[in-house]
Parts: sequence; structure tokens; C-alpha cells
Amino acid sequence: MRTAFVETLFELAGNDRDIMLLSADLGFKLFDPFREAYPQQFVNMGVAEQNMIGVAAGLGLEGKRVYCYSMVPFLTFRTLEQIRVDLCYQNVGVTLIGVGGGLTYGLEGMTHHAIEDIAVMRALPNMTVVAPGDPLECRALIEMSARYEGPLYVRLGGNNDPVVHKNPIAFRMGKGIVIDEGKDLAIIATGTMLQKAKEVSDLLSDRCVAPTLVSMHTLKPLDRELVRWCGERSKYLVILEEHSEIGGLGSAVAECLFETGWGGRFLKIALPDQFCKDIGRADYLLEKNGLSTARIFEQIITLME
Amino acid sequence: MNFDHADVQRLKEQAVKIRERVLEMCHSAGCGHIGSSFSIVEMMTALYFRCMKIPRSGVKEAERDRLVLSKGHGCPTLYAALFDCGLLPESALEGFSRNGGILEQHPSRNPAYGIDVSSGSLGHGLSIGAGMALSGKLNGEDHRVFVIMSDGETNEGSTWEAALFAAQHGLDNLVAIVDYNKMQALGKTRDIIGLDPFSSKWEAMGWAVREVDGHDFSEVVPTLEQVPFLSGKPNMIIAHTVKGKGVCFMENDLLWHYRCPDEEEYHKATCELC
Repeated sequence: MRTAFVETLFELAGNDRDIMLLSADLGFKLFDPFREAYPQQFVNMGVAEQNMIGVAAGLGLEGKRVYCYSMVPFLTFRTLEQIRVDLCYQNVGVTLIGVGGGLTYGLEGMTHHAIEDIAVMRALPNMTVVAPGDPLECRALIEMSARYEGPLYVRLGGNNDPVVHKNPIAFRMGKGIVIDEGKDLAIIATGTMLQKAKEVSDLLSDRCVAPTLVSMHTLKPLDRELVRWCGERSKYLVILEEHSEIGGLGSAVAECLFETGWGGRFLKIALPDQFCKDIGRADYLLEKNGLSTARIFEQIITLME
Repeated sequence: MNFDHADVQRLKEQAVKIRERVLEMCHSAGCGHIGSSFSIVEMMTALYFRCMKIPRSGVKEAERDRLVLSKGHGCPTLYAALFDCGLLPESALEGFSRNGGILEQHPSRNPAYGIDVSSGSLGHGLSIGAGMALSGKLNGEDHRVFVIMSDGETNEGSTWEAALFAAQHGLDNLVAIVDYNKMQALGKTRDIIGLDPFSSKWEAMGWAVREVDGHDFSEVVPTLEQVPFLSGKPNMIIAHTVKGKGVCFMENDLLWHYRCPDEEEYHKATCELC
């Protein structure tokens, strides 16, 4: 997805001189083509993320279309007040591109993990929060971002996310995408969990039930209509997210379902509220925390028994 | 541009008007921050009534100067200046700091009123100003960006991130002004986070620095008119000021950071300003 982001932005920047890309000294070689082609539209801000957001706000207030890039924890936690006051309160159209959501940077340790960012960003007024599920969603999102009014937080994983959707997709901010229409069971996934959601869904279809499968790329504003629709056709509803069980997609969907009076069985498959106890690469850590395809499948089977 | 005794006199009279209005606004609204508002009066008067290209009809957006009141708690002075410039309507002043009102105790961006940037949390304005200045440079525009900061505000680390950045990018259209009244919320700056030698810190960061008596128009105006001090360097004006300047019993008294004058104090202050 990182590649989808850079390539799409590169195309957009060629047609719009007001597009600017700021990086907090991250993205080795990633931005070389961009920098060569559009040197006036790229700034390495150095390891100074709070300043990056403030400068982005200033540029944005003057009519520039700014993208800020860094790893999720440095982009969102270190800079939270700047995001809140400089971007959200003034409603400046700056797009925050966070890489490494969840446990993407596994071996780097907890300072480079991001399990709380969706919860935090969701709580900010005027902030839109999107975790694209595959490169196609990412591409469509970035294209749309160039005209988007107001601050936007884009949460990416790494660079190993395969295409899940069949071309073309109808991508709209704030509207989830129904990949499969099933019954009894609905699986709603966001961001990096979409691929696993599809794999699990295929396994379940072979075994016992064809679930409804939804990519809920936009966490805020949540597609409440779609959540209600899923609830109406399902006795079981499962959420998949590479994020803490606190305050992410699961919390958002649960609040919504409860308000609609849904009476089914709900399962949030997310990361526990703790810093990672294990050491390993992303897929190892996810497996340890119940977020591998096999472990997800087991949990859903258990739910339905 | 000519600057003589008559000009100084005019500016002094304008400064008195601003102090009177700030006093009236704060007293009527029951709000504090008078000390912080008074110490920037001469600087703001010089900017709005002499040195800045303010938004008015005929002035193109790309040409007008921008101002970031990074020490947002000094906004009564900003509002008073904008009112006297004809940018802020009377209704807005009357709606200052009250239920159902229009203006809060820290500014919210409102281009129609001439308020460029929302502020209130210290340490943000220099970065925002740097971004605006950078945009100006990229677009080849002629305007300046003024950022008014408090001394206590420079305790914030984000100040220094912005300082390094501005120097790196040669933002000589950026003019930062520190209202160096040597007092912050709970005491003297030197007892909390000492800033001296202040001027050499900014020089070391790559800025061109001038120091002025922040209450003396014959220093403030010529200094502002020398911007940019050095081509390719951002500009820092360290304005040595007095918190609460203008009313004897308010000067250099920590109390007047927070305190709102009661009836007696209000009348005493008003009389002194006349």
C-alpha cells in the first residue's frame, strides 16, 4: 500500500503544483522519484514531527495541499496537540499518511508499534480516519484526498498487502464496501486485516457458512447504515482489526449495533490492551495475538458453536 | 519612509486608545491576561498602524502581511487593534468573553475579522508562521509573516524545532517577535526557565536578531522597517517590555497575569491612562 500511495501521489503532484509532501526524515529511497521530478513540492522536515504538523497547517492555510508522512506513532502521538489545534480546530485540509499501523514493524519493538492510533484519531472532531484494506482502496483514497475538505488520517500497513478487491471498486469516504453478501455471519474488517478476512471468509464458505464480508476502510465517519444492514442479516458479527480492542473499529461498531438494538453475538478480534509481550516479525506477533488466518478461523468456529 | 516626532505622537495616542479598550473589555467581561495584553501594545500598534500591510479593499491577498498571535492570551490587544483598523465590528467586541458571545479569550481564525490563525496553546505559532512564510517563498509572494510570541512560550520545545527549520529554509520573510517581559505565569522567567543569553541563542540558530525597547516607537518602528535584517535569514526582534505596562500598579506584578480589575482598580487604571 505504501507503493500505491507514493505512485498515486506522484501522478497527482504532476498536475497540481500546490500538492506538497512533507516527510519527518523517513522513507528511504521511497521519495527519490518524487523529489527529482518535483523538488519544490517535497520537504524533508527532519526529525521534528510537531513542527511538521504546524508547518503543514501554515502551508494549508495558504492554499497548499499538504501530505505529512511518518510512522504512525511519531505522526499521531507525538504531534497530537498540533493535530488537534492546528489542523482539526482550523479544519485545514492536510492528509496525514501513517505507515506501520498495528504490528507492521514487529521486530523494532513497541515504540514502532501502533495499536492506539485509531482510538485517538477517532476522538478528534473534524478528523476523518481511513485504513485502506488493499492497494486499490489506497489508490482511490489518495486520489480523493487531493480534494478532501478537512484533515484526513490515512493508516497504512507496510508494503506486503495484496490486492483483495476485483477491479474496479466503488470507493467512497465514509461508505464501507460489501465484498460478499452472505447470511447469519458478517465479518467486518479494516485496513491490514482485510486480506485475512477474505481468507477466513473463503475457508468458512468451504466449511459451513458463507459470511457477509465487508471492508470498512473508513473508521470515522463510520458507515452506520452498513453496520445496521449487517446486523439485520446476521446472528453473528465479527470485527477484525490490527489495533487495540479499545477504541478501534470494534468499539465503533459495537456502539452502533447496541444503539440499533441488535441482539446477536458479537466478537471483536483485535489486539489486547497491552504492549506486545513477544518478540518477532509482524506475522509471528499477529499469530501470537490471535490475528492469523488460522487463529481467526478457530475463534469464529468457536463463536458459532 | 519618513518617521518623525508627529508620527511617534500619533502612534502613542493610538496605543493609549488600545490600552483603554483592553481595560474596558477585560473589566466588562471579567477576564484576566491584562498584563500580557499591555506588554505588546506598542508592538501591535506599530504593526497595525504603521508597518504591516493589513487586509483592506484594494490589497491583494498575496500582498498583505500575515500575523500569528502565538501568545494567544494577549488577544484583547489584537481585538482592540483590529477594531480600530475597521476590521472587527463593534458587535464582536461586545461579544467578547461572555455567554453566547462572539470572541473567546484566545483567538479563533476568522479572515473576515483579520484574524489569520487560531491560537491559545503556546508553542504552535512559530511553526504555523514558518509554513505560511514557506508558502510565500514558494509562490514568489512579497508578503511578510509576523509571529508574536511570549517569553514563557519559548520554554516549549516546538519553538526550537520551528527556529531550526526557518533558518534551514532561509525564511527571511518571517519576523518573530518575542515579548520579553521577563515574567511568566508563576514567576520571573529567570527563576523558572532562564532564557539569557537570549539573543545569542537565536543567532546560534541562524536567525538575524535585533533587540529593542518594546515600548519605544522610535526604536520599534525603524527596526520593523529594516526587515529583512539579513537576506536569507529569518528575523527575530527581542522586545524588552514590561508586563502590565501603562498602568503603574499593574507593572511587573505577577498578579496582573490573571487578575481582572475590580471597580476601584478599573477607575484608577482608566484615570492613569487618560
